[in-house]
Amino acid sequence: MAKITYVEFNGKEHVVDVKTGLSVMEGAVKNNIPGIDADCGGACACATCHVYVDENWADKTGSQSAMEESMLDFAENVEPNSRLSCQIKVTDELDGLVVRMPQSQH
Amino acid sequence: MSEPGAGVVIVGGGHAGGSAAAFLRQYGYEGRVTIIGEEPIAPYQRPPLSKAWLKGEADADSLMLRPESFYAEKDIALRLATKAVSLQRSAKIVTLETGETVPYETLIIATGARARRLNLPGADLDGVQVLRSAADAEVLKLALGPGKRLAVVGGGYIGLEAAASARALGAEAVVIEAQTRILTRSSCEMLSSFFTDYHRARGVVFELDAAIEGFEGEGGHVTGVRLDSGRVIPCDDAVVGIGIIPNDELARDAGLECANGVVVDLEARTADPTVFAIGDVTHRPMPLYDRMLRLESVANALEQAKQAAAAIAGRPPPTPEVTWNWSDQYDIKLQMAGMPFDTDDILVRGDPAAAKFAVFHLKGDVIRAVEAINAPAEFMAARQLIGSQKPIDRAKLANTTVSMKEVAAS
Repeated sequence: MAKITYVEFNGKEHVVDVKTGLSVMEGAVKNNIPGIDADCGGACACATCHVYVDENWADKTGSQSAMEESMLDFAENVEPNSRLSCQIKVTDELDGLVVRMPQSQH
Repeated sequence: MSEPGAGVVIVGGGHAGGSAAAFLRQYGYEGRVTIIGEEPIAPYQRPPLSKAWLKGEADADSLMLRPESFYAEKDIALRLATKAVSLQRSAKIVTLETGETVPYETLIIATGARARRLNLPGADLDGVQVLRSAADAEVLKLALGPGKRLAVVGGGYIGLEAAASARALGAEAVVIEAQTRILTRSSCEMLSSFFTDYHRARGVVFELDAAIEGFEGEGGHVTGVRLDSGRVIPCDDAVVGIGIIPNDELARDAGLECANGVVVDLEARTADPTVFAIGDVTHRPMPLYDRMLRLESVANALEQAKQAAAAIAGRPPPTPEVTWNWSDQYDIKLQMAGMPFDTDDILVRGDPAAAKFAVFHLKGDVIRAVEAINAPAEFMAARQLIGSQKPIDRAKLANTTVSMKEVAAS
């Protein structure tokens, strides 16, 4: 279990507990948090679960896979700390994680 | 007449219907929202049923579109295991199988499609099945395992994904296709031969150009598929994946125009301003290709759910999307975008032998469609370029040392 803070583009924060083993994307969808569309349901096929990982957490969330990097290359408003949240698995280590959402996923 | 406050009634609790309800709330619609779903479970995702879920890599919970609590929290009435049998547009009511009537102010038809079945001897034997619903997938999963033999009737994406999942579970798989190549309906020849080779190398057997005469059985259960050559392909279970038929009867019987599905405009609205239709059941305009089409994809279900919800909630229409889809087989991720209409050439970028390449369908120097195998940058770039219709430099596109960013920018 990890406490994750999802911050919408407008600044609204959602703090929820997410089960270990789920993805950060699933944690948002299961808690009805807007701003992460996840059209493909986590197959890394659509790039609509884009988030920015807070700098302090970059080490623990790992780095982009080659596939993810290629997908993000063509997403909107990409920053160095951009990730596809379906590709970040939740572990106990991620307790306290903060992710921010881009203006739009499409 | 419709009673005041009847709100939006959505007939169909699939990906389209469930998403439309969620978008209505997200867009600030405050009226009553009711989903009438024929299946006994809340809206779920169908794509994993032949992919990750079938292989046991995803659990039942992960299939659900939204958690159970979502509907109560958002004040969305979910009426499951409930079938709507008719629509009276003049009275604005939907009649259920039980005889009960449900009034609406605005109706969204999201009845989806059903798997086409074979009308052949033995097609009703146990173990002969389609793969469309979670219940179908549950039956198939139980039938697969080491030593089991699966016959797949139809070399389309559903069948190929089922075959790949069967192999992953240790079962044998034979794909039987009436045409001389697989994927005739959806993909180019190059992709057909790539997937045929890839599956063969992983133990799948193909019977191409093979017409089926019927199914053999013993004790009421299927034991084989009989070809017209007289040969019998032995099996323990047979999956029939030969396309889907839109469930447009409700609309058709109510006098709404149907072609290959319910005819709608770019707001997902039918000719009746109070009736919308979304998802697999619709015959919709495709402005990029200057024609009407019925699409079978999650991307389409979501786009039309947004169109309808935005129109109903009085919001600006969503940004038009380039149609896209994907398939997972073994370690292959296929991503497709656009439609190869009116094209005059095919350009291949990358190396099919390395299972990393993309097939671009071109009209002049404009990309109309892409099929990308383990090539996400090609897919993502093409999605944008198909939408913008910006001409590309063919030499650069064919050259993998030129990045897709550069191809898109030039």
